[in-house]
Amino acid sequence: MTAGAVPRRRRSRWGESLIELFLRLNGFIAIAIITLIFVFLFKEGIQALRTIPVAHFLSTTELDFDSVPQTVRMWQPVGTNPKYSILPLIAGSLLVAIPATLIATFFGVACGIYLAEVAGKRTREIIKPAIELLAGVPSVVIGFFCLATLATFLQDLLHTSFRLNAIVGAVGVCFVIVPVIASMTDDALRAVPDELREGAHALGANRWETIARVVVPAGASGLIASILLGLGRALGETMIVLMATGNAAQVTWNPFESVRTMTATIAAELGAVPQGGEQYRALFLVGTILFTITFAINLAAEVAVSRMRRRLAL
Amino acid sequence: MQRRTTAAIAVAGLTAALAWPVLAANNITVKGSDTMVILGQRWAEEYMKKHAEVAIQVTGGGSGTGIAALINGTTILANSSRPIKPEEIEQAKKNRIDVVVFRTAMDGLGVVASADNPVDHLTMTQVGKIYTGYISNWKQVGGPDKRIIRYSRESNSGTYVFFKEHVLMNRDYAADVQTMPGTSAVAEAVSRDPSGIGYGGVAYFANNPKLKILKIAKDEKSGPISPLLPDGRINYEAVWSQTYPIARYLYVYSAGQPQGPVKAYLDWILGPEGQEIVEKIEYVPMPANKP
Repeated sequence: MTAGAVPRRRRSRWGESLIELFLRLNGFIAIAIITLIFVFLFKEGIQALRTIPVAHFLSTTELDFDSVPQTVRMWQPVGTNPKYSILPLIAGSLLVAIPATLIATFFGVACGIYLAEVAGKRTREIIKPAIELLAGVPSVVIGFFCLATLATFLQDLLHTSFRLNAIVGAVGVCFVIVPVIASMTDDALRAVPDELREGAHALGANRWETIARVVVPAGASGLIASILLGLGRALGETMIVLMATGNAAQVTWNPFESVRTMTATIAAELGAVPQGGEQYRALFLVGTILFTITFAINLAAEVAVSRMRRRLAL
Repeated sequence: MQRRTTAAIAVAGLTAALAWPVLAANNITVKGSDTMVILGQRWAEEYMKKHAEVAIQVTGGGSGTGIAALINGTTILANSSRPIKPEEIEQAKKNRIDVVVFRTAMDGLGVVASADNPVDHLTMTQVGKIYTGYISNWKQVGGPDKRIIRYSRESNSGTYVFFKEHVLMNRDYAADVQTMPGTSAVAEAVSRDPSGIGYGGVAYFANNPKLKILKIAKDEKSGPISPLLPDGRINYEAVWSQTYPIARYLYVYSAGQPQGPVKAYLDWILGPEGQEIVEKIEYVPMPANKP
């Protein structure tokens, strides 16, 4: 009996180390995939610089109707004289993502504070899943809603000259990132130890003062992380902006103008360009830039979260 | 050893059997214009239904791609929504290919505004200046004091390229031109926008009460012409005579004088059945078939 038990135990040890190896491999796969994606994007994108001068990614000089040279910042890759300025695309992405993040921060953080600090257990059990359901609505559905209904409503309200514009896109993107910000704010505030709240109450602070002066400052890094992650999602959102912004590649700071984001440009053009051509590579370069920006933002969010963990562990 | 030989013979035999229909002269490759891909595929489908012995492959990639393939001898027929250039014919001659031109259909592009817009005609120059951004207010073309909201197609569309070449005279579209995923999306957007302007295949805009198809004048001297008849059908006469100025031929180029099944296919395209398909997908048939 004992003689039989030994090999069985040995076998199970073998199995354990195999499972451990499998789990470790899965952990590292995430890193490997991110690295591979970046290498792939970069390898394709960098080739664009072989045929297109770097300066042309900012601006080109063009003769106007009266043959006067003009500096143009234009994304117009098809034609006798293709133009690849990425400035309108970056301006477009920012003009959607920044207003979206501002609006979503207002509602998301408020919602998160309510969930973590104010709402009773019953209310919380209803509201939290509802917010998670909102996060699960397919973005094409939100895009369609923006295109068909919201755009008309906003134009009637604000009398904008463009029916589809950056703000319509931004409001649409809000639907996606409010849940992200709300649930992360909720998590961050719930990580704040109760001792802090009890201490504040003991000093005579009322509920509002406790939230505003103690809990929120203690969870500030977590709030910042939630907002940064929201910004990252807003920059990467594709379907909603493709449907709701009108896709005019112009350099503008007016959020009521039609804009073209980096994501929408890639989505609209990549499927129809010959592989390995100049435009194909230029689109990969746009992808590389987009990936670098969102990667930096997500990294900053991670740093903020780990800083909060360290501070609260004290 | 013997088994291997048997296997090799079997593989060779199978390959030959599979390759036989491809190697046969009944295989026709067509490459080129994206505008004509749907038309080309419909022609091929209908023709193959009646002639099972012929295999026709239609691919897009653009008129330029098709013509290049024709010059290099990698396709038998090329679809094109633009005329072939003399230097392209020369290049082909160097490769001992005589390009034969067939005009297979026509296409009229309409310029539309909202039905609420009082403007009802523009000159070609005015349309060009609107889309390049030199005219930005309806006031400048006799309309109300309102900013012009310009709608266009995505840059991968053949219509986008044709419009850029023939109406904008190869100049760039204005930066604030909004790009729509299809001509029906352009129609939808302009119908909702009282200060909008759009362009695309005329058939997409006909019979829409919220849209007004603008009359276009070739220049200041000639009168504006509508691409539609009063009853809403496409005005074939105006497109055929090109008195309506934004009209183009859709070509098929052949490498050498077509013979055998290729000739039969082209004859069928130019005949009543092929031309009926042209009308069905709302292009304009060639004049010879509609007296």
